Order: sequence, then structure tokens, then C-alpha cells
Amino acid sequence: MRITGTGSELPKRVVTNDELMTFLDTSDEWITSRTGISKRRVLSDESLDKLAASAAAKALENAGIGANELDLMICSNVMGPYITPGLSCIVQGLIGAHCPCFDINAACAGFIYALDMAKAYLDSNKAANILIVSAEAVSHMTDWNDRATCVLFGDGAGAVVVSKGEGLRAVRLGTTSNTEVLYQKQITGNSPFELNQVKDPSLVMNGQEVYKFAVSVSAEDVKAVLEQSGIQAQDVKYFLLHQANHRILEAVRSRLHQGKEKFPVNLDRLGNTSSASIPILLDELNRQGKLSDGDILAMSAFGAGLVNGACVIQWNFK
Amino acid sequence: MTFEKVAKIIADFKEIDVSEITMQTTLNKDLGLDSLDTVELIMSFESEFGITLEPDASLQTIGDVVSMIDKETKK
Repeated sequence: MRITGTGSELPKRVVTNDELMTFLDTSDEWITSRTGISKRRVLSDESLDKLAASAAAKALENAGIGANELDLMICSNVMGPYITPGLSCIVQGLIGAHCPCFDINAACAGFIYALDMAKAYLDSNKAANILIVSAEAVSHMTDWNDRATCVLFGDGAGAVVVSKGEGLRAVRLGTTSNTEVLYQKQITGNSPFELNQVKDPSLVMNGQEVYKFAVSVSAEDVKAVLEQSGIQAQDVKYFLLHQANHRILEAVRSRLHQGKEKFPVNLDRLGNTSSASIPILLDELNRQGKLSDGDILAMSAFGAGLVNGACVIQWNFK
Repeated sequence: MTFEKVAKIIADFKEIDVSEITMQTTLNKDLGLDSLDTVELIMSFESEFGITLEPDASLQTIGDVVSMIDKETKK
């Protein structure tokens, strides 16, 4: 499986740390030193499905194929504009595709999980061209009165087209059930029979526990996929890590003993965009002309579940 | 022995002289460590002592850290 096109789209509204200070007891210094985030994009008058469709259309254009040539679309998304239908079904209509579509929720690791699924479809000859769209509206999930969580996230969409060919060298996925450290409950509706009504459905996170999980699992995953593909860390062009927190990025980087220039960042401008962070980062590198055929990319993501996933991809675009 | 190992790990992390660290040194006030620094150090203690530790908000001083590690290693 190889990546043949990338695209991304961001909401136009920029929210700086200084703007957050106008309604939260926080400071630019506090947020920047603990997270590395100075601003983020959030949805205002756009909808997530339109953002996702725009990222998808750009990826198709980049791949040089039409929406009618798609055999499958997978959207990774934690919370879309509708509980049902899935985001992928809405995006299908917006881009004019006719293929089967479904959503997956593997939290911030959703993009890696989608890549693995796409590979299985391609390898079994059930599809030739697959569109993966990771689109997230975390600003709709967080409690904007909670300074510990709302400052961390941003909204955005990233997409890739994958087709048959050489590219994906190794994948590793993992799940360790632990609901307590990172969760958001679903509202229970107005059933008169439900005895455990959920009244506060905001995102809850134990930052220290998540940090510990993320750092240990990400470094371990990357080492494992490199070993699986017979590639040395020094031969990797870029490490695309899920953009959760610059302290996590630094801790993983130091465990891999690699230079800062190999770790591209969009966290400072976009915050944590959940499963969209890696495909947005990939699209930025692609459109800035920073990727050449043969380049080795290592990706690693982790999130609520707890889930983790990593892969090694050889860029084989042309 | 636990104190010496803990002091060395913290001195390396903060890039300070090990002599600046005593049992009374506070993590937050004296060393300027925040919650994520503390987790990073806890992970280093885990690998040094071969134990599992939970991030604990009640840890105030190096003495607290040393007794937490001693308690865990005796298990």
C-alpha cells in the first residue's frame, strides 16, 4: 500500500492563548510551557463535514483521481456532527463519491488504525483506491470553562488516498483498556427508565497518567516497527508523532536519540487535533515539497482507550 | 542508597549539582518541577529501581519520593 495523495483543511477561526485569557484563569506562559501550544483553530460558522470534504477533495486532486474511482472511504472521527449517519456518509455526498463508507473511532490513533484497515482491503483485492479522512471537532467536546482541557485541543481535517503498491513497511496496533484516565461519556437521552443519567458529558483527562502511557508506548512502538521493517532510526527522514503535547514529543524524541529537525510540529499552531494531527502534518510536509520518493516516515499515535498505533511508510508518491 | 540514586537522577534531569539536593528539597518550590516533570522523573525511578509507581499529587519533597520508592521496593 502506498500513499498517492494528501489533503487537509482547517477552520478559519484562530484562537490564541491571549484570547483564552479573556475568559479563563490561565496565561500564555502557563499554556506554552506545559503544552507547546500558542494558538489553535476552532469551528465557528463551518461544519466538520464540509471541512472533511474539503480535505478529501484536495487529497483526490493531489492523487490525480476522481471521487468516482474510489472503492472505499474510511473516516476516523471521535464525535461528528451527527450520531447517525456517520461522517463518512455525509462526506461521500459532498465529494460525489459512490463507494461504501464507514467511520471508525480509535480516538487520536484513528488514522493509523484506518491505514491498517485500508491495507487489509487492498491486500485482499477488495479495493484498489481508498480514501481515508481523519476529521475532528474537539472544540465541540471540551468544557470551555475547564482550563485544564479546553486549551489543549483544536479542530481540523486531514486526508490521504491510498492505492496498491510498495510503501507501508510495518504497522503495530495496541489497545489497553483503561477508561478512567481519558474519557468522555455519551449523554443518555431522556429515557424514563435509565437509572444512571449522564449529566456532565465533558472530556475528562488525567494528564500525568496519559503522559506516562503516551511516552512509554510511543517510543516502544516506533522502535518495534523500525525493527520489524529492518530500518535504523537514523535512516528515518521524519517521525510524525501524534501532536498531543510538546513535552511528550520531546520525551519520545530523547528516547529515540534523534535530532529535533526530524520531528515536524503543528501542535504550536493547531493544538491537539486528535486523529487529524498526523495526516495534517503529512499534508503540510507534502505540500511544502519536503518529501522525496524513498524517504522513510515513522508515525506514532496514542489516545483514549487506551489505544496506540505506529507504522513505517516509505514515501513512494510518483 | 535510595536517596543517592534519586538525587543523581534529579540532578541529571535538572542539570544541577547533586550536592544541591537534600531530603528536605521540595520538588515544586526549590526545583521548579511541574506535574509533567514529576511524571518523567517517576518513569526514570521506575526503570532505575525496577518498580511501578503511580503519579502522586501528595509528593512534596525528595524525602517523600525516597519513602515512596522504599515502600514499593520492599513489596
